[in-house]
Amino acid sequence: MSAEIPEVESVSGTGVAIRGNDIDTDQVIPARFMKVVTFDGLGQFAFFDQRFTDGDEEKDHPMNEPAHREASVMVVNANFGCGSSREHAPQALMRWGIDALIGESFAEIFAGNCLALGIPTVEADEETIEDLQSWVEANPDGEIEIDVASETVTYGDRTVDVSVDEAQRRALVDGVWDTTALMKANAGEVRRTAEELPYVDLDGD
Amino acid sequence: MSEGTLYDAVWDRHRVTTLPTGQDQLFVGLHLIHEVTSPQAFGMLEERDLEVAYPELTHATVDHIIPTADQSRPYSDDAAERMMVELEENVREAGIEFSDPGSGDQGIVHVIGPEQGLTQPGKTIVCGDSHTSTHGAFGALAFGIGTSQIRDVLATGTVAMEKQKVRKIQVDGELPTGVEAKDVILEIIRRLGTEGGVGYVYEYAGSAIESMGMEGRMSICNMSIEGGARAGYVNPDETTYEWLAETDYFRENPEKFDELEPYWESIRSDETAEYDDVVRIDADELEPVVTWGTTPGQGVGITQPIPAPEELPADKQDTARRAQEHMRVEPGETMEGYPIDVAFLGSCTNARLPDLRRAAAVVEGRQVHEDVRAMVVPGSQRVQAAAETEGLRETFERAGFEWRNAGCSMCLGMNEDQLEGEEACASSSNRNFVGRQGSKDGRTVLMNPRMVVAAAINGEVTDVRTLPEVTAR
Repeated sequence: MSAEIPEVESVSGTGVAIRGNDIDTDQVIPARFMKVVTFDGLGQFAFFDQRFTDGDEEKDHPMNEPAHREASVMVVNANFGCGSSREHAPQALMRWGIDALIGESFAEIFAGNCLALGIPTVEADEETIEDLQSWVEANPDGEIEIDVASETVTYGDRTVDVSVDEAQRRALVDGVWDTTALMKANAGEVRRTAEELPYVDLDGD
Repeated sequence: MSEGTLYDAVWDRHRVTTLPTGQDQLFVGLHLIHEVTSPQAFGMLEERDLEVAYPELTHATVDHIIPTADQSRPYSDDAAERMMVELEENVREAGIEFSDPGSGDQGIVHVIGPEQGLTQPGKTIVCGDSHTSTHGAFGALAFGIGTSQIRDVLATGTVAMEKQKVRKIQVDGELPTGVEAKDVILEIIRRLGTEGGVGYVYEYAGSAIESMGMEGRMSICNMSIEGGARAGYVNPDETTYEWLAETDYFRENPEKFDELEPYWESIRSDETAEYDDVVRIDADELEPVVTWGTTPGQGVGITQPIPAPEELPADKQDTARRAQEHMRVEPGETMEGYPIDVAFLGSCTNARLPDLRRAAAVVEGRQVHEDVRAMVVPGSQRVQAAAETEGLRETFERAGFEWRNAGCSMCLGMNEDQLEGEEACASSSNRNFVGRQGSKDGRTVLMNPRMVVAAAINGEVTDVRTLPEVTAR
């Protein structure tokens, strides 16, 4: 069966700020890179059209800066990850090196996809995010610590409050974010629920 | 929290248990899969030595990567061919029904589900595609999921979800001539914002919705996600039942219709249902809506001026500035007269038979502008066949439109159908994100199907109401 699911009580690392509201998953991973049957190797294509010219030359983008190449915390603005449900988006960010995101708000499907990978998406108000983004830009090698359990973020000499969706917090902190095994264990109840539904015709019934 | 809504009723009937995370485990009544988001999930199952729990409740099609011109195998794009082969293998091994191109039933997943009667009121429907909200038009609870959740559904027949709030969007009145379902949903997103629906399910109600056919309701529910709402629905009624009765499933199983109708009636929102929020929209005051920017919320009535960024709420100004630069539009002007290079009539939003019929009526006797390449991509092989029988194909082709085979096509540019360079496209699809239609410098203007063909004919964004046969119906 599946391996032990790790508990994600906290995440720490250096940051990278991606500014702008309504950044959609087509920007995070353009559709042409989705013609693949596995998620392997998607990391290099994260934010590809923002990072590279038509001639594949690097553009001015925080993810291209050597100082941010080791970043594991992405700091974003409002409605990040809107649009397409493609899990390729968080998969690409994860494979690039991102272990957590801090933002003003996240699109729902995107946040759910992150949770399925054990990646926290924690939220804070506009001012807090602006301060953190500026700090990250000025301190690319500065450590950020996200404490998922206590809903705080610490950077430099500051600790700020953030919020984590309750189900996400419990799933990460208790290590129950991989729901397959958890739900598989209820197979009997699932079948009973199905049989009570008038429209369901199951094979072998 | 809401009480007595269809959402509450369907949720309760499908809730298996509450998980340690506080999420509910929900039974999935229909799992639709396609070639882009499912192969990795099958790979994850294999890694864990798990099998598909309910293949009989799973249905596959191919839509995102399929070429719409030459569909002979192997596909000329190796990557597309590999994805197709992978899907074929996965469905064969798992015993999943597959509406493949040879079946005559292939098409965009959100077109074929309703067509075949797989989509029904009171079902929970999921698919690894955000436009799964489309199926809510039938009173189903339908939403898009990511690939890890596809793995969950394949392996367990269930999905872990948190219950959302319910916002009722009451659209009363009569839509003026030339104004369609697409304009209603673009207006809703314009008013409530692209993130306004986060945390909500949208219930569309009111006399303007009730008087709409199923295709219009599908166009509206389809774009719930563009407003941030993961699901949207319309309560089932006689219009729904008449449509269902004509689908394969109920033609083949007429007894099921009588058997299920009491269930469908039982899940409708009560007269006294409580909502977390109610928004009212007056249908009479709407006009065709087009987008001027790079999010679906950046829309404007066709006679209204494009807003200046500084007039918008503070958090929208920056996005608006960048969007106006990308689109090369000026505040204060209208979108009418915006030059276009490409016209795309297609997508899960607007590629059903009535969409093509309305558009063809505008096209009849006219020619596509010489500087425009225009294409019609039917939503499914059945839509295509029916349109050809009715002579719509000839109407479009005579006018200079390319007539293609069914698929997602230029909505997201995963096959050969893409914008090039800085081309501007009048599009009946659902997303105007930068790069969405295959070129990162491409410019997309979203609009209803008749507005798309009017733009194709004039070579610029056109108020379709100015064309005589639209106003003199």
